[in-house]
Amino acid sequence: MTNKIVVETLTLQYSDGAESLRNISMDIREHAITVLFGPAGGGKSSLLRCINRLNDLTEVRTLKGRILLDGENILDPKIDVIGLRRRVGMVFARPVVLPLTIRGNLTYGLEVMGEKRKSKLDEAVERSLKQAALWDEVNDRLNDPAIALSGGQQQRLCLARSLALEPEVILLDEPTSGLDPISTGKVEASLQELKKHYTIVLVPHSVQQAARTADFAAFFLQGELVEYSEGKGIFTTPKEKRTEDYVTGRFG
Amino acid sequence: MKLSLNRNLVQRFGFSLITLMALMTVIPIIGVVIYILIQGGPAISWQFLSGFPHDGMRQGGIFPAIIGTFYLTLGTAIFSVPLGVAAAIYLAEYASENMATRLIRLAIINLAGIPSVVYGLFGLGLFVLFLRFGTSILSASLTLSIMTLPVIISTSEEALRAVPQSFRTVSISLGATRWQTIRRIVLPEALPGIITGVILGLERAAGETAPILFTGAAFFLPRLPGTPFDATMALPYHLFVISTQVPEMPFQIQYGTALVLIAFVLGMNLVATVIRSRARAKRQW
Amino acid sequence: MEKDLTWQEFIITRLIRAAGYSAILFVLLIFYFLMREGLPAVSEVPLTDLFAATRWYPIEDYFGILPLITGSLIVTIGAGLIAVPFGIATAVFISEIAPRWARDVLKPLVELLGGLPSVVLGFLGILVLSPYLRVLLNLPTGLTALAGSILLGGIAIPTIVSVAEDALDSVPRSYREGAWALGATRWQTIWRVTLPAARSGVLTAIMLGIGRAIGETMAVMMVTGNAPVLATGLGALLSPVRTMTATIAAEMGEVSNGSEHYHVLFLIGITLFLISLAVNITASAVVFQQRKRSERVLS
Repeated sequence: MTNKIVVETLTLQYSDGAESLRNISMDIREHAITVLFGPAGGGKSSLLRCINRLNDLTEVRTLKGRILLDGENILDPKIDVIGLRRRVGMVFARPVVLPLTIRGNLTYGLEVMGEKRKSKLDEAVERSLKQAALWDEVNDRLNDPAIALSGGQQQRLCLARSLALEPEVILLDEPTSGLDPISTGKVEASLQELKKHYTIVLVPHSVQQAARTADFAAFFLQGELVEYSEGKGIFTTPKEKRTEDYVTGRFG
Repeated sequence: MKLSLNRNLVQRFGFSLITLMALMTVIPIIGVVIYILIQGGPAISWQFLSGFPHDGMRQGGIFPAIIGTFYLTLGTAIFSVPLGVAAAIYLAEYASENMATRLIRLAIINLAGIPSVVYGLFGLGLFVLFLRFGTSILSASLTLSIMTLPVIISTSEEALRAVPQSFRTVSISLGATRWQTIRRIVLPEALPGIITGVILGLERAAGETAPILFTGAAFFLPRLPGTPFDATMALPYHLFVISTQVPEMPFQIQYGTALVLIAFVLGMNLVATVIRSRARAKRQW
Repeated sequence: MEKDLTWQEFIITRLIRAAGYSAILFVLLIFYFLMREGLPAVSEVPLTDLFAATRWYPIEDYFGILPLITGSLIVTIGAGLIAVPFGIATAVFISEIAPRWARDVLKPLVELLGGLPSVVLGFLGILVLSPYLRVLLNLPTGLTALAGSILLGGIAIPTIVSVAEDALDSVPRSYREGAWALGATRWQTIWRVTLPAARSGVLTAIMLGIGRAIGETMAVMMVTGNAPVLATGLGALLSPVRTMTATIAAEMGEVSNGSEHYHVLFLIGITLFLISLAVNITASAVVFQQRKRSERVLS
C-alpha cells in the first residue's frame, strides 16, 4: 500500500496567535481510513483544512512545511487550488446543505466546473447517492429542497455531494457529531465501503468512533502529533502516557 | 414598604410619561396621512391623474409630473443599482479589513450625510455645467443616483452578510471560485434583502426636491420629455411650486398632488415590506 | 471552458473592486466641484464681509453669512430639543415597554414618517402648522423658526427612533435579567442599565438625526419665513429666519453663472459639506471608541 498523502514538518499559526500545528509529519495511506483523534484544540481540523487548502480563507500568520499529494506539494502557491479541491473532498461537522434542491446540491460541483451535459449530471447524482447509501430514500424527490431532509440524510447528502466529483481523498471533520446512532452507523458503514476506492481521513467525535473505524490512528494534543499507529493498537496498548490518559478518559 | 411604594410610583409615572411621548410622536403621523387623504381625496380623478395642467397649474391634471417622477426614479435606478450592489459585493465578499476599506466606509457614511441641496449644487457643477448635460433628466438622475448610493450599498451589504458563511465555505470546498460562489449562492439568497433596500433608496429619491431643483426640474413643460436630455416636471417639485409660488391655488389640487406623491412613495414602501416578509418566510436558513 | 471562466471572473472582480472604491471617488469629486465653484468667492469677497458681517442682502452686495449660520443653528437646536426627547422616548417605548403587537404596528408607522418626502411636510407646515402657531402664540406670522424646528424634529425623529431602537434591542437580555434579579424595577433597569449599555448606539442615533436636520432644505425653506436676520437669543425662535440650505435653494435659481453671488452660494455649500463631514467623522469615531472599549472588556 502506498502513501497517498505525506505531511512533512508542517507548522501552522493563525493570525490571532493561536498555534495550531507544531512540526507535524505523518503518512496517510491510500485506500484506508486514517483517524486523527484527540481533545479539542489539538489541530486536527486545521490539518484537514490544510489538505484541501481551505485555510486560504482564514488569516494565517505562518505556514511552513510541505504536504505531498501523490508526490506533489499542494502547499505550493503555484498549484491549481480549484483542481485540488475537486480531488480532495470535505464533509463538515454540521450538515450544510446549499439552498438548492437535492439534485442541485449534488450537481453543484460539476456545474461549477462547466459540466452541462444532463446525462453526465444524472449519472453522477445516481452514483454518488448510491455510494452514500441515500439513493433508495430520495430518488423520487430529487427536486425537493435539500433542507427538507432529516439531519442524518442531510449529512449523507453532503457526503454524496463530495463523491459526485469523484475525488481521490475524502476528509471528514466530525461528520456524525449531530447525528443519532442509527445515522451514525450508516455513515460509518458507508466509509468502510468507500475506503476501497478512496483515501479517507476522519476526525471522529469520540474515541469510541475512532476505535471503531480506524485503520491507522494519530493522536493529536495541542498541535503536536503525539503518537501514530497502524491498526487499533493505539487504543488498547498505547505507547505514550498522554495517549493512554486520553484514551482511558483521564482527561478529555 | 414605603421604599417599594415609591419605586412603583416612579415607575408608573415614568412609563406613563414615556407612553404619552411616544403617542404624541406617532399619532400625528397617522393624522397627517388621514388629513391629506381627506383633503386631497376629492381631487383624485382620472382627469387629474392623466391630464395636463391648465391656467397656471390651477386646473387640469398632473400627469407630466407623475411621468417625470417615474422617469427620474427609473434613471436613478439604472445608475445607482448596479454600482451600489457591486460596491456592496466588494465590501461584503472581497475587501479585507484594512485602511483602504475603512476609508471606503467613511466615504459612504459621508455621502449619506451630505445635505440634499449640496448634492444639487454638485450636480449643477458637474453634470449640468462641466459635462454640459444641461438641465435634464440625465443630470438629475445622475445626481440622485450618487445621493442614493449609500443607502443601497449599506442595505445590500447587510443582506449579503446575512447569508451564512457556511454556504461559502462549502461552495469553495467543492471547487468553486469566489465569484461563482457569489453568483450562484450568495447573491440569489441575498436578493430579497437587496431589492428591499433598493426600493427604499429609490423611494427616498422619488420624494426629493433639492437635488433636482437646479439639475432637471422644470416648472411647466407643454410637452412630455422626449429624451434624457430634456428637463422634466416632477411631483415633489410641482408640489413645492404650487404651494409656494402660485397665487390663488385651489387647496384641493395642492392636497391632491400631495396625496399622489405620498401614494407613490408609500406604495413603494409597501412593496418593499411585502417582499421582505415573504422572503423571510421562504428562507432556507 | 474553464479558461473562459477565469478570464470573465478576472474582469468582473476588477469591476467590483472599482465599484467599491467609487465611493471615495464621489466624495472627492463632490469636494472638488464645490471648491471649484465656491473658492472664487473668497477672493471676490473679503473674508470679514463673509463671516463677520451681519447682513445678508446679495442684491446690494451684502454677503454676510452669519445670519444664515445662526438661522440654521437655531432651527437645528430647536429641532434637537424636540426630536431628542421624543425620539428617545419613542425608542424606549418600542423596545422596552410596548407589548409585542404594539411594536409591530409602531415600527412601520415610524418608518412611514421617515419615508414622507420633506416637501410634503413643508406643505403641511404652510397650510396647517404656521397658521395654527400664529393663532396659538399670537404672532404676526406663523412662518418662524419654531415652525421649522417642529418640522425638522418630525424629520429627525424617525432616524433617531430606528437607530436608537436597534441599539436598545441589541443590549443582551442577560443585562436586564441581571438587574431584575438584583431587585431593580423595570424603570430603573431601563435608565441605569439598558440605556447606558446602548449609549454609543443612542449617541449615534442622535447625531445622525441632527445631521439630517442640519441638511434639510425644503421643509425649512417653506416655513421659516426666509428672513435672513441674525438670530439673537432663544426669542428668535418665534421670528422668521433663513437657513443656509434654504438660501442656496431659494437663490440659486436666480443667480447668474459665475457671479459673486453664485460663488458665495457654493461657498455656503462647502460650509454645509464640512459641517456634515465633521458630524459624521465624530459619530463614527464615537462608535469606534466604544467598540474598542467593549472589545477590551470582553476579551
